[in-house]
This record gives sequence, C-alpha cells and structure tokens, in this order.
Amino acid sequence: MKTKDKSNIHTISFLVANKPGVLVRVALVFARRGYNIDSLVVSPSLNEKFSRMTITAQGDPEILDQIIKQASKLVDVICAGEHSEEDAVAREMMLVKVKYTSTSKAIILKQVKKYQTSIIDEDDNTIIISQIGTTDDLDEFEEILKKHVVIEMVRSGKLVMVKGQEST
Amino acid sequence: MSAKKKSPIKLQNKLTGGEALIKCLENHGVEYIFGFPGGVVIPIYDAIVNTKKIKSILVRHEQGATHMADGYARATGKPGVVLVTSGPGATNTVTGITNAMMDSIPMVVFTGQVTTPMLGKDAFQEADMFGCTLPFVKHSYLVKDANDIPRVVKEAFHICNTGRPGPVLVDLPKDTTSGICTANLDPNMDLPGYTVQTTINKTDVKNMAKMFKGSKKPLLLVGHGVVIAKADQEVKELAEKLQSPVVNTLLGKGGFPETHPLSLGMLGMHGTAYANKALVNCDLILSIGCRWDDRINGNNDEFCIGAKKLHIDIDPAEIGKVVKVDAAVVGDAKMVVKELIKHVKPLDTNAWKQECDFYKKEFPLHYSTDKGLPAQYIIDQIYKISKGKALVSTDVGQNQMWSSQFYKIDKRDTWYSSGGLGTMGVGLPAAIGMQFGRPNELVVAIVGDGGFQMTAQELTTAFIHKLPVKVFILDNKYLGMVRQWQELFFDNRLSGVDLTGNPDFVKLAEAYGVKGIRISSVKGAPEKIKAAFAHNGPVVVHCEVVKCGNVFPMIPAGKSAYHMIVEPPKTKIK
Repeated sequence: MKTKDKSNIHTISFLVANKPGVLVRVALVFARRGYNIDSLVVSPSLNEKFSRMTITAQGDPEILDQIIKQASKLVDVICAGEHSEEDAVAREMMLVKVKYTSTSKAIILKQVKKYQTSIIDEDDNTIIISQIGTTDDLDEFEEILKKHVVIEMVRSGKLVMVKGQEST
Repeated sequence: MSAKKKSPIKLQNKLTGGEALIKCLENHGVEYIFGFPGGVVIPIYDAIVNTKKIKSILVRHEQGATHMADGYARATGKPGVVLVTSGPGATNTVTGITNAMMDSIPMVVFTGQVTTPMLGKDAFQEADMFGCTLPFVKHSYLVKDANDIPRVVKEAFHICNTGRPGPVLVDLPKDTTSGICTANLDPNMDLPGYTVQTTINKTDVKNMAKMFKGSKKPLLLVGHGVVIAKADQEVKELAEKLQSPVVNTLLGKGGFPETHPLSLGMLGMHGTAYANKALVNCDLILSIGCRWDDRINGNNDEFCIGAKKLHIDIDPAEIGKVVKVDAAVVGDAKMVVKELIKHVKPLDTNAWKQECDFYKKEFPLHYSTDKGLPAQYIIDQIYKISKGKALVSTDVGQNQMWSSQFYKIDKRDTWYSSGGLGTMGVGLPAAIGMQFGRPNELVVAIVGDGGFQMTAQELTTAFIHKLPVKVFILDNKYLGMVRQWQELFFDNRLSGVDLTGNPDFVKLAEAYGVKGIRISSVKGAPEKIKAAFAHNGPVVVHCEVVKCGNVFPMIPAGKSAYHMIVEPPKTKIK
C-alpha cells in the first residue's frame, strides 16, 4: 500500500439539495480532472431538503481549490468548503470482522479494551468490532488487527463538523 | 392549414402537462421553438397547435435546432428554446448543448422521455439524457410530476440567462406531459443553491484600480463577458479614459469596436500580429469577461511575462483557473467596469500607442489575389459591401479565422462563432437562428465546404421560412485547417482532408429552392456579392477559392505569442 502524504489529504464538506443526481454532479467535478475520491459520506441534514456530503480527496491544493469553486457553481450545491483539523472535528467509524482462535481471543479482547472499541457481534469463530475515532485512531487499530485474521473491514469515511457557533 | 380539431387528450378545463408547458413558455416571452417531434413529445406538439404566440420551427436535424436556438440567443440576448423527442432526437442535441455550455449561451432544451414507469428499463427510444448531459449543462431536470412543470420552466429560464449563462436541459417523460397539471403557472422558484450576484466588492475594484498606477503599456482584453453583460459602452469609456489599446477574443468581437483607433483586433492563435505583439510587450493586461483560453495564452509559463494580470469575471471559478492574477473582481462586467472607471486615472500611453501603431503598419493583415481567388478577398468584399453592418456567423476552421480577421465587428450581438467547442456545422443553422431573431437585418453565414455539409439540410428551413440568409461557402475542397496543420507540422503528409467530390453547391441550393450563385474568380466577384445581398430570399454563394490558402499569423498550439509566425515559413517548424 502506498503511504499517504497526510498534508495532501483534503476534507471538503458540501451542503447539497436532497435531489436525485446531486451525487453524480459533485463526483463529476472530481472525475473530470482525474481526481479520485478517497472517502465519501452522504446523509440527510437537519433540514430534510438538504443533504450533507463530506468528501476526502488527495491532491494539489490549488487544483482542489478549483474543484471546490467548480462544485460551488452547481445549482444543487448550497455551499462547499474545505476544513482543517484546527477549525473542525472529524470522526470516522470502522467495522472489522476478525476470525479468532481460543489463543488469539484474549489478545484481541485486550486490544479492544485498550482502544476503547466495542464488540457488536460474536459467534464461535468471529467477532465484529466497531470503532469510532479519528482517521489516525482507525489506521492505528487497523494495523494492530492485521496481526490477526481480518475477514473484512468497512470504514464509513470521514465526517466533519466545524467547532463553535458557526455551522459547517 | 386545416381546421384545428379539438385535442383528444384535452380534459375539461384542466391543463395537460404539455399545455402547461406551452403556457409557461408563452409567459416567458418565447417566440420560437426549434425542434423535431417524435413519439413521446406528441403531447407537447399537440399543445403547440393552440398557441398563437409561439411559432414551432421544424428543423431537419436536431443538431440544427440547437444551433438555431444558439444563434437566436446571441442575436437577441433571449434564451433559445429547443424541443426534441427522446432517444436519438435527444442525443442529437448533445453537441449543440455542449457548444452552448462552452460559449455561455442561454438555452433551454426540452427533451421528451419515456414514461416514468419505463425509466431505466431500456424502453424504445430511451436514452438517459439527464445522465449523459450532466457535464455539459448549467443545470438539468428530470420532471416526474406534471405539477412541477411551471416551477421547473421558471427556474430553467432564470438559471440559463443569469450570472454566467448556459444551457438547461429539461427531460420530460411522456406521462408528465400528458398528465394533469393543476399547479399555479407562476410559482415560486426553489433554488437555495443558486444566487445571482447583484453587487460587487468595491474594495476589490479599488485594489484593481491601484494596479494601473505607473503602467505605461496597458492592454485591455475584451471577452465574451463584455458582450453578454452589454458592457460595450463602459469598456469603450474605460479604454478611452486610460488611453489603453484593446484586444478582443473571438467571442469578444462586438465588445469593443474593431474599427476604433485603440483596437488591435483579435488576439490569439490566429489573431492579428499587432494584437499578439502588444500582448508580449504590455506591462499590464486586464481581462474583462475572458477566460484566458489556451487559444489565447498558448503557453501559460510564457504568457505576458512581467505584466500585471488583472481579471474581471462573473464566474468566481474562472479567477485563477488558468492564469494567476494580481487583482481580480468577481461580478457583472458592466457593473465592475462602470465602477473601475471612477477609480482609474488617464495614463501616459503615447509611446505605447505609437508602438502599437508601428506594429499595425509593420504587420498588417494581408492577402494576395495574384494566384487565384483567395477566401480572404471574399470576406473582405463581404465586409466592404455590407459596410460592416451585417450579422455574421461563421463555421469552424479557416473560414472562421479569416472571418474574424477580415470582418471587423463594431456592434455587439452581431457576431456568431463557435469559440469554445469549435463545432463544425454551426454556421448555417446559427445564421438561421440569428435571422429569426433579427428578421430585418442582413445575416451572412461564412462557412467552409466541410462544415457546411454537416448541416446543409437546414437550407430547407431557410427556404420554408423565407429567411434571406446569405450563405458564402468558401470551397477549397479541403478540410483546410487540418490540411494547414498537416502541411506545417506533419511534413505535408495529407491525411483525411481531401474533399474532392464536393457537390455542385449552386445546384444543391437550387434543389432546396434557394438561389445559387457561383464565384470562381476575383473578376466580377463584388457584383455577385451585391447581387446576393440584393436578392430577397436565401442565397448560397459557392466561392471556389484557392485550394491551399493558409491562415496567418499563426501561433503554433501550446506555444506563446513569442513564437508567432507572421508569414508562411520557409523551413519546417519545430
């Protein structure tokens, strides 16, 4: 796996009309320039007319700035902006399914406790662990679990919210 | 016309979606719908039977409809309206829609669609128009409820012709247009994500004005935004106050009179040598409503080295997109320039103007009639005989560049050219659209033999509607611009450019009921052009021009204005 240059990862939040096709319109602005979207979260906002879209992507800041400007022009985009760790909090969620043996179970449970994650499903051979944290937290825990047999992993993508009185 | 029968889908005192659509179009002042029917738009065409305000123009190919709507829009400033059926009818509009998007043209395209229960099921003549046009529209709709039609139409007309104009696509499933619409025909719009900037940041304007201080070699770059914003008078005032020379883009023709002493004409790949000389020598350049296209800049690293770069644009995404600027104002060109005039002082540009005049004298546009009939001569004569007062549309290629060089434009909204997309085939239908919009003016289409044959069938539209467009086909029996590139950059290895076997365009015109005139030599040409103008109806003038004429000056693609070729090169260009 390529190591990510963290300084080049950008988190952009969009408030968009809750209408068919909006996701494609926004995605096209990225795709047209050959930009890959690393993660994407779309869900309704407090006002059901609008959805919140959070996108993380890697790339040259100037080009991403252009992408934000182009996306802001879309009629269905109410607002768009980039957020940094200073002005906003960010969390991600991860579900991991791990295969365990009688010997490995105790070690896994110890890690679960250490990383304040929780087991949300368990059977004779597997457990599903859920973790909510920063991207770094999740990356770290993922590395730990890779020492065991990970059957599958799903991450939600990053959610951000601006700190203080201002809205995102 | 046969007596109008009552519509079979008409329900008592209730409007169908199609009828609501036509009523809304009437309310928006639509005069013409350029279109072509098919199965799923019959409910709309049925509603057209009853309108007295809107004329339906039946084209011969949907691409022609979009270019006519485009020409109409550029000649009138009003949105052009297109109506086509689903599937192939709709996909045939994609080129015209993209052309309108690239050149910021207000246009509303209504496409029929299969019924909503059939959507996505590969129904007969189904094409996902909403999906396939997403990159090419300013906005688009798929209307699944007849009651949404009035709001969508209102929003479409608002969006297409405010801010930076552009095309809006409205996809209308058949059950939407044949369903019942009980909604208010003038509803509120619901566009929380679309705001039209009506003010400007005066601090930005003042900062921009400061940049002019000390400039000895200023240059104004007039783009399409000046024409769209109707800012021509303000730009003239600014140029005269600053005493700054002015260059214009291909679509900026009409934004500043090209016969004005301060005008250096069009810049760029095939711009005048003096415009490009001024570009490389200026110490300040202000772009007004121009997006620094690569046909202007060539190579950004060498673009106006050392000059301050200023930018006025209504589209914030254009600022810094191509060129890093020293000052920018986002806003309507008319408003910004009006404000800017207040804050700038006249500059001492006498030496600079003399320098530009020297370039004009040293590197004039020229052609020779020694070796046959040059295309430039025809355009020059059209210009002189029409006294520069015609509405001109061009096609794309050499005909377009020669027209931009030799037909000087002094008034806005009198010039049509496909700038951004470079769409061959626009010339004739665009001229037809212009003539619909300005029926009492002389409309001239200057086209090549290649582009003309892409949409030639619209001669029928001109004939049927008695539109007196004058179509000049500059026939060099080549796809001339590509041939020129092959000659200059590919060792003259001609490939795929030979149009030997062209039809006899005079006979072709006559087959369409249109007057045909042939010009094969310089001798007698002016009289024939006069005869074409005097004819009360459409005319095709078949101009058999020299086969291997090239457009100069030329800046090779990707190079800066420093690399301009003024005369045909004697050695191979590297």
